[in-house]
Amino acid sequence: MTIMEFFGCSFLAFGPPVAMFAITIAKDPIRIIIMIASAFFWLVSLLLSSILWFIVIPLRNVLIFGLVFSVFFQELFRFFFYVLLRKAEFGLRRVTEEDTHINNNRQVLAYVSGLGFGLMSGAFSLVDVLADAAGPGTMDLNGGSEYFLVISAATTLCFILLHTFWGVIYFSALDRRVIWQVVYVIASHLLVSCITLLNQYQQYVLTLIGIYLVLIATGVITFKVAGGTFNSLKRGFMWRPAASINVSAE
Amino acid sequence: MSANQSGSEHTALMDAVVQQSEPPNYGTDRQTRQRPNKRTRSSVPVQGTGNPSRDDPSPPTVSRSPGQYDDRARLNDGTGPSGQEMYMDEEEELKYGAKHVIKLFVPVSLCMLVVVATISSISFYTTKDVYLLYTPFHEKSSDPGTKIWNALANAGILLIVIVIMTFILILLYKYRFYKVIHGWLILSSLMLLFVFAYLYLEEVLRAYNVPMDYFTLAVIMWNVGVVGMICIHWKGPLRLQQAYLIFIAALMALVFIKYLPDWTSWVVLAVISIWDLVAVLTPKGPLRILVETAQERNEQIFPALIYSSAVAYTVVGMADRGGETTGDETRPAARQAQRQERGQSGAGDDNGGFSEEWANQVTHAINTRVLAGQPGNYTASTENAPQQHGPFMEADDEERGIKLGLGDFIFYSVLVGKVSSYGDWNMTLACFIAILIGLCLTLLLLAIIKKALPALPISITFGLIFYFSTREIVKPFTDLLASEQVFI
Repeated sequence: MTIMEFFGCSFLAFGPPVAMFAITIAKDPIRIIIMIASAFFWLVSLLLSSILWFIVIPLRNVLIFGLVFSVFFQELFRFFFYVLLRKAEFGLRRVTEEDTHINNNRQVLAYVSGLGFGLMSGAFSLVDVLADAAGPGTMDLNGGSEYFLVISAATTLCFILLHTFWGVIYFSALDRRVIWQVVYVIASHLLVSCITLLNQYQQYVLTLIGIYLVLIATGVITFKVAGGTFNSLKRGFMWRPAASINVSAE
Repeated sequence: MSANQSGSEHTALMDAVVQQSEPPNYGTDRQTRQRPNKRTRSSVPVQGTGNPSRDDPSPPTVSRSPGQYDDRARLNDGTGPSGQEMYMDEEEELKYGAKHVIKLFVPVSLCMLVVVATISSISFYTTKDVYLLYTPFHEKSSDPGTKIWNALANAGILLIVIVIMTFILILLYKYRFYKVIHGWLILSSLMLLFVFAYLYLEEVLRAYNVPMDYFTLAVIMWNVGVVGMICIHWKGPLRLQQAYLIFIAALMALVFIKYLPDWTSWVVLAVISIWDLVAVLTPKGPLRILVETAQERNEQIFPALIYSSAVAYTVVGMADRGGETTGDETRPAARQAQRQERGQSGAGDDNGGFSEEWANQVTHAINTRVLAGQPGNYTASTENAPQQHGPFMEADDEERGIKLGLGDFIFYSVLVGKVSSYGDWNMTLACFIAILIGLCLTLLLLAIIKKALPALPISITFGLIFYFSTREIVKPFTDLLASEQVFI
């Protein structure tokens, strides 16, 4: 059971993101570097929020305190990473694949850095749990829930995808100075994190439904922000020979 | 090192570009600066192909048509490129730079992966029973003060050993005892490939409970070891050589992890990176002296000590694409000539890592004549026909690679492996990312500063910072979050 659970949960959490990485990022060296750099930024933000949590001794067991500040730190570092990328953009823009449009490139960068944030946060929240899950013990002993691992894995997947979406929305909002989208990113991040507080009371159904609803909403906004329309979505799902793709762009 | 020479050093991030157009100073051309020391070869040897940096005004012997493929890299040297071509130049630089960074990320990650996988699956490498001779204090006491004192003493002894070894190697190199150095290197890689690989295999078999008779084991060991020796010290497919170098580095890292006491290994990591800094950057630093000596002699140092991400001289083929210029035609021959000259000076057996075509060409180059000259000047002339370097065309895509000392591989892996031996994956991951970012920054600095840089300090500092902070501060926080299933 333990090994199967281990593999099931790791594929549930990391399967889609790793596939995204393999298909969209792995072939371009610049994107890999940007992803690693954004993962590093996430790490630094975690380090800072941990330090804050660590030095405020009386509030150590009040999780919401650490959580709120951690969210702020993450978004702050997302902003720093945005600034860094924009500073480096002059070089980066010409380095990425020539055939992609510049505007497109910005979104690609945002996507890549969002995925870097997501993968790192996902890894940090799940990897140790998974390592314990591989054996020899199992989870539901001592009064715990037997769904602990599955719920953690599903939530991790949700967070990785959310981070990717947030990355795209946040960057383009900063580009176009659309304040409400920035606020939306921070607010939804706070909201989702606070929803997971319910996990302590084992309200797993509520939690999962809540965060996946936010995921869907965020996904829709991301799609709009990235310039997608209903028609383009429909076209995307229709089969067409490669040669005619340019025609459809009109 | 003369100013001229330092001007001619260029960085890994640049050379993909510069190589295509090599301005004509074949004197400094083609050395790979490398780190010779067995244990301390730990800087990014900037492997310069010794091309002049682009602001180095060199006599234009190649007819320049801006924007032309093989001429692109020279556009910055003040000979009237339009803005657009400078643009292209930088673009190429960045693109190749990124590719090179990844070409180093992959082997470094693989090496760490081997170490981490071994550490977490085979308990032999984490149990402490025997220690190295160099670390007489075994940290048996439970008092932290004594432990710190022990660790510092151990690290000090180890550092002194390393310093002495470095100086011996430099003396040997300075007075051209090539045979001794090669004997030393061959002996140590022999030991690694046979003794330590045997121990490794034995422990793997034991951990997975696989029975194997001694005869089979002997056959496997013999083949693995001999092929390894051939690949590393003589020649062989590039991938195979790289694989062996990674394997050797991983073995060495495992040995360090196993035989160094707990706290000592942390202090050793810190001390080694400081030593790396000193040895490479101070004017009289031993590694710097070595690099400069090698540069003066137009020599490639020892392939057993350096990981290179591409066949060193494939650049020839790329440059020849331009074809019509006299400068290009003479270049391969010049290289061959230098090769040949080096062969006569007694170090001819170390063209390990180069393609067989290369080796063949060397034998063709006997008629080549070399005019010795100042580095930075055009030093070679030859009557070689261009078709001799035909085989290199095959390797067009593989531009000159970056080189990284095996010592860097070893100590990166020691850090990550050591962290993973405590069984916490978050810490391992954090250190891994930190080291990669450190490597990235080092390469970036390389592109800016354009001289040989130590690769350990930034990465190891990041790694140590993240290890200790993660262990003391982040881990309690994330453990709490994970156990309460709260996500941030």
